[in-house]
Amino acid sequence: MDLIEKTATQTWNIMEICGGQTHGLVKNGIINLLPENVRMIHGPGCPVCVTPLNLIDKAIELLEKGVIVCSFGDMVRVPGSKKSLLEAKANGGDLRILYSPLEAVNIAKQNPDKEVVFFAVGFETTAPANALSVLHAKKENVTNYSILVSHVLVPPAMEGILDDELCTIDAFLGAGHVCAIMGMKEYYPLVEKYKIPIVITGFEPLDLVQGIYMALLQLEKGEYKLENQYSRVVKEEGNVEAKKMMEAVFEIADREWRGIGSIPDSGYRLKKEFLDFDAETKFKISSITTPENSACIAGQILKGIKKPHQCEQFGKACTPSNPLGAPMVSSEGACAAYYHFSNDLITP
Amino acid sequence: MSNKDIGYDTINLGHGSGGLMTRDLLDHIIFETFSNPYLDQKHDGSIIKVDGEMAISTDSFVVSPIFFKGGNIGELAVNGTVNDVAMCGANPKFLSLAFVVEEGLPMGDFIKIVKSIKETADRAGVQIITGDTKVVERGKGDKIFINTTGFGKVHPEAHISPYKIKAGDKIIISGPVAQHGMAIMSQRDGLEFESTIESDTTNLNFLVNDLLDGFGDKIHLFRDPTRGGLASVLSEIASDTELGVSIKETEIPLDDQVAAACEILGLDPLFVANEGIFVTIVDAEVADAVLKLMKKDKKGARAACIGEFTQEHPKKVVMHSVIGGKRMVTPMIGEQLPRIC
Repeated sequence: MDLIEKTATQTWNIMEICGGQTHGLVKNGIINLLPENVRMIHGPGCPVCVTPLNLIDKAIELLEKGVIVCSFGDMVRVPGSKKSLLEAKANGGDLRILYSPLEAVNIAKQNPDKEVVFFAVGFETTAPANALSVLHAKKENVTNYSILVSHVLVPPAMEGILDDELCTIDAFLGAGHVCAIMGMKEYYPLVEKYKIPIVITGFEPLDLVQGIYMALLQLEKGEYKLENQYSRVVKEEGNVEAKKMMEAVFEIADREWRGIGSIPDSGYRLKKEFLDFDAETKFKISSITTPENSACIAGQILKGIKKPHQCEQFGKACTPSNPLGAPMVSSEGACAAYYHFSNDLITP
Repeated sequence: MSNKDIGYDTINLGHGSGGLMTRDLLDHIIFETFSNPYLDQKHDGSIIKVDGEMAISTDSFVVSPIFFKGGNIGELAVNGTVNDVAMCGANPKFLSLAFVVEEGLPMGDFIKIVKSIKETADRAGVQIITGDTKVVERGKGDKIFINTTGFGKVHPEAHISPYKIKAGDKIIISGPVAQHGMAIMSQRDGLEFESTIESDTTNLNFLVNDLLDGFGDKIHLFRDPTRGGLASVLSEIASDTELGVSIKETEIPLDDQVAAACEILGLDPLFVANEGIFVTIVDAEVADAVLKLMKKDKKGARAACIGEFTQEHPKKVVMHSVIGGKRMVTPMIGEQLPRIC
């Protein structure tokens, strides 16, 4: 911390991409320990937060059609346009909270007379397991299994943020676990194109502090390069096996991000040969479109233009028990992290 | 006592009918197991003599799975209510016991639970003096639900109330957090992970009684951090006072294996349920002696002072993190939901 304080001679805005990093920064009180001129901006790296409203509505419609819907935990409380998955469950829907999509394939096998859908949200980190579940289902001829895909990718989101004219970000902490899968290759062009330092960083308190320090050293020297703070986990080439699985099942496509809008080539969709496992195709639900709540400034939060407590609704109309938008729901969401762990401890 | 005595391998609707089948079940399982002068009167209820201040507490138990590492729903139903009465500064003596059983529950499971209730009640020094058994149709319950109400005499030296807490009071916890919740999680359907984490369910009434014998009104509060965990309990206490709570993350006892399981499942150990520990708020002048006494007891062997009450940040709980940062600790909102990655 002393080194950080001595190093920073002017104000720098550093964005941590990943929601897990936001969580770590706030949970460990690191934000309060940083000098005033080192500002952390919380990026769009919470998968729950960037999943568009209409996809939640689609999952709810499936649940109400009698489909067994399986989901990661913190997705289930995110409000759709009328209700959340948890409320749909209370109304009689068969919703299962799982840690692994492979478990959903097992559920499909055990319930051959029912349709089973896994709500496949997430970044590059959850994509390999979701891809594996599809490969597994295809191999074992499990025809009552499909996935509702809402996969998004980190590098296009970073470009989207940097292209915004209101963007004030000087450096990035890269998402350690995403790079553990994808490797470092995708980030060199970003560093060059935008002349911005990127430090791939881990999640433990010391990782985060070291990542911030490494970014500051570059900024103060006027350098921009890709550095790897998290080298004990992240390798140059990433996880080759996991990438193979993803490439076999998914292809790059335009994706809509909650609060940000559509970003070209920013996510995955299932390849043609796997469309039998695509829930949107199978159940013909792709026509559902739902507008966002106009009072929620999730887009500006996710782009780092505003901090959660600068939102008029923060802690008033919008709280974790009654969230207006997704960043207040997931514990990785910037708004919930602020609400839970810092509240009035954070100086505006 | 076995399935043979009853003549059925599973509980069915008839066992809750009030007819002969119910009588058989009660005679062969309930009365035989819990026999005591109060119950043996076989009245609609029990008649007891009351003298002085009494504490009463009730709780329902719906845990799934009903058998888990370190305990079962029956053990929980006794210890949970015994501890709630103890937290009032009282010594629980009597329990009521009501079952709601889903038809189809194996008779063997029911007997196992009843036996376990008896053993747990004996360990805690409480008697089952009244009860009820209902059976619901399959699908209208989840194997077995249990309600218990406990009551006992308040300790003559006990003055337990959040209003007695003052700045400088120390916060002591009797053992490691998050054991019970993680033991249950590790055995839930759909979660496959091997662990040796066991529920910490146990009765705390004797240790509480010893503390009251030793320190009387210097003990200002007892609270057991069951559902909602330590974070919810501390937030509740803080909001009942005009003071703030300041705790140190490094002082909170937490087993490595439990910490790792929480990390993997994306849960915060401060929000995870406990069944065999309590928090006590004591006058600073007796804090060291309280800790010493607790550590002599097996159930308080890993007791620790985790923080204190302060004039600063009234009604808020602030935790000092491992690396020296600060964060607010807020109560749990709904069910704790695991994080994605």
